[in-house]
Amino acid sequence: MTDFPWLTTLLLVPVVGAAVVALLPRGFARAREVALGFSLLTLLVAFGTLGSFAGSEGGFQLTETYPWIPQFGVSFALGVDGLGMAMILLGTILVPVCLVAAWEDVPAAGRRQQSYFAWMLLLEAFMVGVFAATDVFLFYVFFEAMLVPVYFLIGQFGGPDRARAAMTFLLYSLAGGLIMLVAVIALYLQGPGGSDGFLLERLTGLQIGGTTEALLFLGFFIAFAIKAPLWPVHTWLPLAASESRPATAVLLVGVLDKVGTFGMLRFCLRLFPEASQWATPVVITLAVISVLYGAVLAVGQTDMLRLIAYTSVSHFGFIILGIFAMTQVSGTGASLYMVNHGFTTAALFLIAGMLIARGGSREIAAYGGWQRVTPVIAGSLLVAGLSGLSLPGLNSFVSEFMVIVGSFQRYPVAAVIAALGVILAAVYILLWYKKVATGPLPEAHPAGAATARDMSMREKVVVAPLIAAFLALGFYPRPVIDLLEPAIQSTLQEVGVSEPVPAAEGSDR
Amino acid sequence: MSLLETSVSLALSAPGAGPAAAGGVASVGWLLIALPLLGAAVLLLGGRATDRWGPLLAVALSWGSFVVGAAITVQLVGHAPEERALQLPLWDWMSVGSIDMSAGLLIDPLSMAFVLLITFVGSLIHVYSLGYMEHDPDRRRFFAYLNLFVAAMLILVLADSYVLLFVGWEGVGLASYLLIGFWNHNPAYATAANKAFIVNRIGDFGLIIAMALMVAHLGALDYATVHGQAGNLSGGTLTAIGLLLLLGACGKSAQFPLQSWLGDAMAGPTPVSALIHAATMVTAGVYLVARSQAIYDLTPDARLAVAVVGAVTLLYGAIVGCAKDDIKKALAASTMSQIGYMMLAVGLGPLGYAYAIFHLLTHGFFKAGMFLGAGSVMHGMDDRVDMRRFGALSGTMRITWLTFGAGWLAIIGFPFFSGWWSKDHIIEAAFSAEGWQGWVFGSVALLGAGITAFYMSRLFFMTFHGKARWHDDAHPHESPLTMTVPMVVLAVGSVLLGVLLYPTGVLTSWLDPVFGHVEGAEPAIPLLAIQLSVFVLMVAGVALAWWMYWRDEVPVTAPAGSVATRAARRDLFQDDANEVFVRVPGEAVMTGLVTGERDVVHGGLVGGTVRSVSGLSSLLRRTQSGFVRSYAMTMLAGVVAVLGAMWVMQ
Repeated sequence: MTDFPWLTTLLLVPVVGAAVVALLPRGFARAREVALGFSLLTLLVAFGTLGSFAGSEGGFQLTETYPWIPQFGVSFALGVDGLGMAMILLGTILVPVCLVAAWEDVPAAGRRQQSYFAWMLLLEAFMVGVFAATDVFLFYVFFEAMLVPVYFLIGQFGGPDRARAAMTFLLYSLAGGLIMLVAVIALYLQGPGGSDGFLLERLTGLQIGGTTEALLFLGFFIAFAIKAPLWPVHTWLPLAASESRPATAVLLVGVLDKVGTFGMLRFCLRLFPEASQWATPVVITLAVISVLYGAVLAVGQTDMLRLIAYTSVSHFGFIILGIFAMTQVSGTGASLYMVNHGFTTAALFLIAGMLIARGGSREIAAYGGWQRVTPVIAGSLLVAGLSGLSLPGLNSFVSEFMVIVGSFQRYPVAAVIAALGVILAAVYILLWYKKVATGPLPEAHPAGAATARDMSMREKVVVAPLIAAFLALGFYPRPVIDLLEPAIQSTLQEVGVSEPVPAAEGSDR
Repeated sequence: MSLLETSVSLALSAPGAGPAAAGGVASVGWLLIALPLLGAAVLLLGGRATDRWGPLLAVALSWGSFVVGAAITVQLVGHAPEERALQLPLWDWMSVGSIDMSAGLLIDPLSMAFVLLITFVGSLIHVYSLGYMEHDPDRRRFFAYLNLFVAAMLILVLADSYVLLFVGWEGVGLASYLLIGFWNHNPAYATAANKAFIVNRIGDFGLIIAMALMVAHLGALDYATVHGQAGNLSGGTLTAIGLLLLLGACGKSAQFPLQSWLGDAMAGPTPVSALIHAATMVTAGVYLVARSQAIYDLTPDARLAVAVVGAVTLLYGAIVGCAKDDIKKALAASTMSQIGYMMLAVGLGPLGYAYAIFHLLTHGFFKAGMFLGAGSVMHGMDDRVDMRRFGALSGTMRITWLTFGAGWLAIIGFPFFSGWWSKDHIIEAAFSAEGWQGWVFGSVALLGAGITAFYMSRLFFMTFHGKARWHDDAHPHESPLTMTVPMVVLAVGSVLLGVLLYPTGVLTSWLDPVFGHVEGAEPAIPLLAIQLSVFVLMVAGVALAWWMYWRDEVPVTAPAGSVATRAARRDLFQDDANEVFVRVPGEAVMTGLVTGERDVVHGGLVGGTVRSVSGLSSLLRRTQSGFVRSYAMTMLAGVVAVLGAMWVMQ
């Protein structure tokens, strides 16, 4: 089966799914089931892909290359390394979870439900594409194409302020995308050109150097920093995330934003090694600011979804710190964090969504004492929160610890300051939990609380795999580390940084 | 002193080969942790279905863990002393690059001393809770958390690396958080739980950075490598690691300056206070320092810091303990103070390690016993905790009175009771420290003993003696057997543990392979003089308490008191200091940033851009029909269209 076009299949199944769901006759009662079926099929194909993937190798595998627009040097080229594989798995696991979570989001009347689910499947396809593209231009196309389904998912199905949120999201992303487009074309001109000149392998190891490399680096980096999001270009995220449906927010923050950090690893570091090292001090400073700024802002939020968005700003700070510290431990930790953060954020958004569906408000102050009202939901929220604050034994700890320890090897001061985020994480999670779940029920209670049902079976199906992932990745992250480590290793080789050696200092006594 | 240091570290590094692989019962040592963990999982996931038998299962699994621990101990006794350290590798957890981060257990005399304390006292308290929590609707959840705590605490003491220790370290923190907030429908209790976790996180930050230093300089986190190669580190690095580990220890063990959470932690049900916030979890800091002796032996500065923290806290806790009228808070202050003694002892280095662990064990019994006694009193007095409303309970609650009395005599160091053996040795060791340290630490420890005798006698007399000052509706009665039996067992330990462990040589011969053998150094003043002074101060403390709180009438409302009393009542302004120096500035920064983000960024920069695009589009609206949306979407559609055209053209 090694010749089987796994990645193209993985890309096509959700596209077909989206088309089928969108074209189902009006009033067809089983649109959701069809969508879920396609997402599960995609997941199966993803597992098949994993099965054909040889874990121990660092380079791209399962590659497929077809000429697309040879006049412009563009190929339709797919391939994954361990990092791409991990991100695709994360996405394909989260999509069915999100579909089940979004089951009741949109009433079945009319075509709205169909288009809601169709957009999600289309988004899944672009997600696969963006993580599997090995042609820089193809990557750019997927990078921009992702905006379309997200724009409609927020703009048509979001909260009251959805129009402004979708607009802000779109403008930010387009701005970043256009800068990147310039850089993409300029990069092509630096390369050998020809009918496959946009292929990643043609553009790696160019040794551009100087100002050109720095500018190209910036072109890519700014787009990725906006997507990631890195302070100070993070401001679209809280608005977009809070106006999204929780399921959309999961895909947006948990998976799509990873394109930013993924791009930094794959494009910034590999294509512009010199410029990456040149920019490192600034990037690390911004990352550390993100960690603390996001955490402090999270403490001060009154809206649950905005709070989760700011925790993500903080966690993305850790990821970017780990990437640019450029050690084996920090890089592996950062890429593992990308996976872990996906599960943690998914649980936080979706469980918050369950509360909002019952309490009718995103405002934290509208809750209180819900541990007595819906004990299972409250307990699940606590577990998700503990994952968010990186409790050892749960997933995030492993990656956060690796990032801190690995970054410390090269940038001890930055690592120590970032580690203060560990304390702030306890503050924002536990204060939130306290306000929502503990204490007496507030006197002016929303009507929902008195009659709120605890977690339904459908919701348990949503939460169970996420918590299982917390524990599995917390206690036995080995398989994922094995997947990621070679990819990080080859990236770091490409950059040409040497691993800091723990040198015995010699006794001075 | 320096000569002594050399010989000790030589003795430690001499065996060379690391711990042997575990065989026999020890090869299933993971069961110690797995049994209570299983209990927690079954009770939490099983839901209401386990309501009826869940608590009993939890009790049984906790005892099961004790049985495994006892069997392993017996096995270890059969080994030659220097072969009593066994390694039990479990799985490759998160190794990356050249850094080995496997999970494994280290079964040695030190960890087994803790295992026996945790599982034995822990199981007794499980039994006690059957009675104490009988009528609580959420008792299943309570027992699940208790089992979770036992499992986490066992991970903490059995881990063979700092990073696995950290799993237990934060695991007990979680259990503590859950149990302090067990009745969190009371907002004050929920706040107390948060405070405990967050203050502990400050300490955990220190531990994380300490581990980062170890990785950066040694490339390892397992005890064998770190301790084996500590000698290669520079003095500065060693001191930094030592101080950061101390920060962690201060958080977990409620030592100055991270002590403020312990008093509030008394919000938890009393069995929790006994198990977690007296006998076991709060002593984890002492364990950490003792376990890291290879580091502290090489850094006298960090070790001195440990001793200073211990000395400060032992006085701090003792002073606060004199002013508290809430029986649990008085006991909590006393716990702080007693752990201060242990910290002081480990800070003395090889002179004190064994005595610190000794006091930790005896304290585990007598303090747990007294907390359970306090719980029994509360049980009989409608959950009241104000000692000014107690008095004369010795008549109606005889077993509670007698068992509590045993704990009281032990903690004040009445000759031949458990605490006398362990605390007196710490005081003697303190006087034996080098130069000025011997005088300072010795005097502080001595003074602390006198104050301890006063405030513990005050507590004992106010509760059990003098006149009854009960509320009208109080009907004190003795507690059921499930509660009194564990109290009796712990009281027996309070009386006998010292004499069983010390004069027989069991303690020193058991711990010598871990800490190395140190011949008693010469105290600054003669031994007999120390012992006599301790005794005299103890008698004086008891007598003063008798005068003030038994002979004299105790007012039911607290008199205003002197400046000192009021300060002690406010915990020497610990919360006020945190408020002024941490919370207020922190909140100001947060509010500033939140406002800034909203007004400046959203209002100005981003909002401006979005508005100007909107404005542009409304300008265009006259000629074209555009909304902002369609404007932007057209851009995107244009890109897609161009691409599509390219494709078609090729």
